[in-house]
Amino acid sequence: MRYLPHNETDRRAMLSAIGAKSIDDLFRDVPPAARLDALLDLPLHKSEMEVDRLFRDYARQNVPAAEHAFFVGCGAYRHHVPATVDHLIQRGEFLTAYTPYQPEIAQGTLQYLFEFQTQVANLLGCDVANASLYDGSTACGEAILMARRITRGRKRAILAGGLHSHYGDVAQTMTRFGDEDVVRLAPSPDDAQGDMDRLIAAIDDNTSCVVVQTPDMFGHLHDLGPIAEAAHAKGALLVAVVTEVVSLGAVRSPGEMGADIVVAEGQSIGNSLNFGGPYLGLFATRAKFVRQMPGRLVGETVDADGQRGFVLTLSTREQHIRREKATSNICTNSGLCSLAFTIHMTLLGEEGLRKLALLNHRQATRLKAALSGIKGVKVLNSQFFNEVSVRLDRPAAPVVEALAGRKILAGVPASRLYPDRDDLANILILATTETVSDGDIAALSDALADIMQAEL
Amino acid sequence: MSMNRTGRPTQSGPNSSNNAVPFETTSGHRGLHLVEPLIFEIGDARHSGVDLEDVGDFDHALGGLEREDRMGLPGLSEPETVRHYTRLSQKNYGIDSGFFPLGSCTMKHNPRINEKVARLPGLADIHPLQPESTVQGALAVMRDLAHWLTTLTGMPSVALSPKAGAHGELCGIMAIRSALEARGDARKVILVPESAHGTNPATAAFCGYQVKAIPANDDGRVDLAALKAALGPDVAGIMLTNPNTCGLFERDIIEIADAVHEAGGFFYCDGANFNAIVGRVRPGDLGIDAMHINLHKTFSTPHGGGGPGSGPVVFSKALAPYAPIPFVEEGEEGLFLREHKAAEGDKSFGRLVAFHGQMGMYVRALAYMMSHGADGLRQVAEDAVLNANYLLHELASDMTPSFEGPCMHEALFDDRFLKDTGVSTLDFAKAMIDEGYHPMTMYFPLVVHGAMLIEPTETESKDTLDQFIASMRALAKAARADETDRFTGAPYFAPLKRLDETRAARQPILKWTAPQSQEAAE
Repeated sequence: MRYLPHNETDRRAMLSAIGAKSIDDLFRDVPPAARLDALLDLPLHKSEMEVDRLFRDYARQNVPAAEHAFFVGCGAYRHHVPATVDHLIQRGEFLTAYTPYQPEIAQGTLQYLFEFQTQVANLLGCDVANASLYDGSTACGEAILMARRITRGRKRAILAGGLHSHYGDVAQTMTRFGDEDVVRLAPSPDDAQGDMDRLIAAIDDNTSCVVVQTPDMFGHLHDLGPIAEAAHAKGALLVAVVTEVVSLGAVRSPGEMGADIVVAEGQSIGNSLNFGGPYLGLFATRAKFVRQMPGRLVGETVDADGQRGFVLTLSTREQHIRREKATSNICTNSGLCSLAFTIHMTLLGEEGLRKLALLNHRQATRLKAALSGIKGVKVLNSQFFNEVSVRLDRPAAPVVEALAGRKILAGVPASRLYPDRDDLANILILATTETVSDGDIAALSDALADIMQAEL
Repeated sequence: MSMNRTGRPTQSGPNSSNNAVPFETTSGHRGLHLVEPLIFEIGDARHSGVDLEDVGDFDHALGGLEREDRMGLPGLSEPETVRHYTRLSQKNYGIDSGFFPLGSCTMKHNPRINEKVARLPGLADIHPLQPESTVQGALAVMRDLAHWLTTLTGMPSVALSPKAGAHGELCGIMAIRSALEARGDARKVILVPESAHGTNPATAAFCGYQVKAIPANDDGRVDLAALKAALGPDVAGIMLTNPNTCGLFERDIIEIADAVHEAGGFFYCDGANFNAIVGRVRPGDLGIDAMHINLHKTFSTPHGGGGPGSGPVVFSKALAPYAPIPFVEEGEEGLFLREHKAAEGDKSFGRLVAFHGQMGMYVRALAYMMSHGADGLRQVAEDAVLNANYLLHELASDMTPSFEGPCMHEALFDDRFLKDTGVSTLDFAKAMIDEGYHPMTMYFPLVVHGAMLIEPTETESKDTLDQFIASMRALAKAARADETDRFTGAPYFAPLKRLDETRAARQPILKWTAPQSQEAAE
């Protein structure tokens, strides 16, 4: 086996040094009834070449985004990631390091995390950010629990109808066994303002937080200012959710608009689609709430010679110190994904990010224009970033299947996320990033027009 | 920069007090020891390492929400970016750099074929919400990974989606609580041994349980009598790591499982140490009801400086119906994802995470399993246990093993051998850095004083272990020979000396801000 350095001579020498007759001696604490004498019914070892071939076979049965006109978004976005990013994160000193518990030999990880925290805080418009959580959906759940801790005694979180359905589901799961009451407003893609109005109307004295995604799951952009005002007037917090962080190169940050906690899915910057994971949860808040924050934090300090250095800090919030009294049970962050994020963000810089965001937005305006003329297709968004929703005159899922047959992955039918809601069956959500060309948009609108000509 | 190559002590690091170099360099660099500022100090908003087409004029549809502030996101050109992060990487110690015997963390070799196949466009460039007809290969990876995990553990079902070990614990305890609620049983307590990972009590508390600690007995295992005494109608279950965090197999585990079940509770096993027994013991034969598997430990997906991990959970027949969505299932038109609970009668506790979990880690772990096969995986456990016992035996006379008898995949020592030397476990660990090693896990588990938990893993050669043993013996002797400075001032040869963690926590600086003078000038 190519990963195991010992040969039989080594093993015999070591067993003999220990004074064991055989390896079985070392497993003698295992109860006899549980000892496996034979190999399990699984294939035997394979060469690297064979493994490579097997995975090419798996890969061949999938349609990579690059091979189709690609409009799928809804919480995960396909952007061009510079080759430099993936090259650098594969350096063994990054890839094969552990959590930086020995700071003297982990300054590489600690310094990039400090850079990452600063980038994230600035991008989201907040005072402080942590060193990342698993993904956007779990970050959202953690934000709800944190709001509960801050607004002691208040027990209700109100989720806007435009919050990604998976995020709502995860929030319900994470609060399921506490005394938190999660209220989910119904999705209303045709009435974005109504969603906000209903949210504001639902805030009461028992509300710990309201959770609003912008751009929301249907692509609508929301001005968080009035919601922050309404929430604060009742003593509640505003948790803002961003699933497409590239939008923040063009759109005012949630922090600036008054959000108290901002969570985001950071995948768009630096990370591939990866069929849903690993992704990168961004989490930022006001300085006064930092001790209620979950997850790792890196802070600046000095070494014994007065040199600047970085360490994990405020760990008295965390499980390995506080055990059952910790702010969260979370142990890891998304280290390597945060490195990819920070490298990509450094390559972009402020001007690059602005330009990238505007390119995304421009393609979306072109998509909207192209779709607006098609019979049986109604675009629902007036203010949006890089994603729009359309209401078709027929169920969206079969249309998406038909378009896939024409080498167009046309987006996400809302029925994939809300199978039980008949009122959403005709909704299709389409995203355009910088990777979507004008030709892709033309191909989509031609094919869609063609399909929509068929009688219902 | 001038370089003096004559008679210079080659081991001198930067800033070390015993550095014989008689001058400071102009640049602040010292040969390969390069000082690297923060990007905020070298980049600016007008530089970029990405070329993008001109956007041109168009009518925005942002509803007047255009971002106008300065974002504080400096850019660098591509060559500057490469150099910045390359230099940072060189301040890190990884498995690729050297021996990394961090107990409980399983720092084994990360095969590069796994990285290669995880980046195939057919596996990396696919979206979680693409039509299922276009991702049959991805669903096959999930199906096959599930098959390997259930076969290796002897458990009937697995939930793949948890994102890390602690997330897997949450998954397992939520399933237990759901199962109890389904039978109208409002139990309140989870038993957790004193030696447990901190995530165990934190998870139990997260799920609304009170945590009751179970003491260890003199041979480092759960005190069976204390456990039996603690069981009762209020106990929802136990969270037990096996092999445990002392590196020992819980000999009474079957009896423990029986006792917990008899009392009406469930048995959650923390599978962090499954690498010690894979292919030799199936947890399903021990009577457990749920166990998470850290793919980043046993199946060698890279730790990446602290994630991303992956923590699938295997379930017994009793708990399987409560497992979270999604699941891969086989239908007439091929594989599909069950992403939603059925309208009625579905006992799943719901969704734990957006999308389908850590696909990138599934691919790497499955590649690792296929490379080893049934035969190689059994050898993995045997060599891991052999290496740990070799260290335990060879270090027993100079250090103090905490317990008698063989260990499993890691060897636990305490600080009795440092008694009256003025050297603490922390000092000893820092001196190991000077010897070129990543220190072992310190002060964990909590059941012994000044714990030193050494996990060599199976991917280290006898030569590496012998050199490590020589260093450790020499350090132990030095400590007893009153060479205290070697320890209390350590590390001498790392990029930085010991860092002031108290200061970091007292006056937290968690983000870079422009120096006052600069701000005033703007």
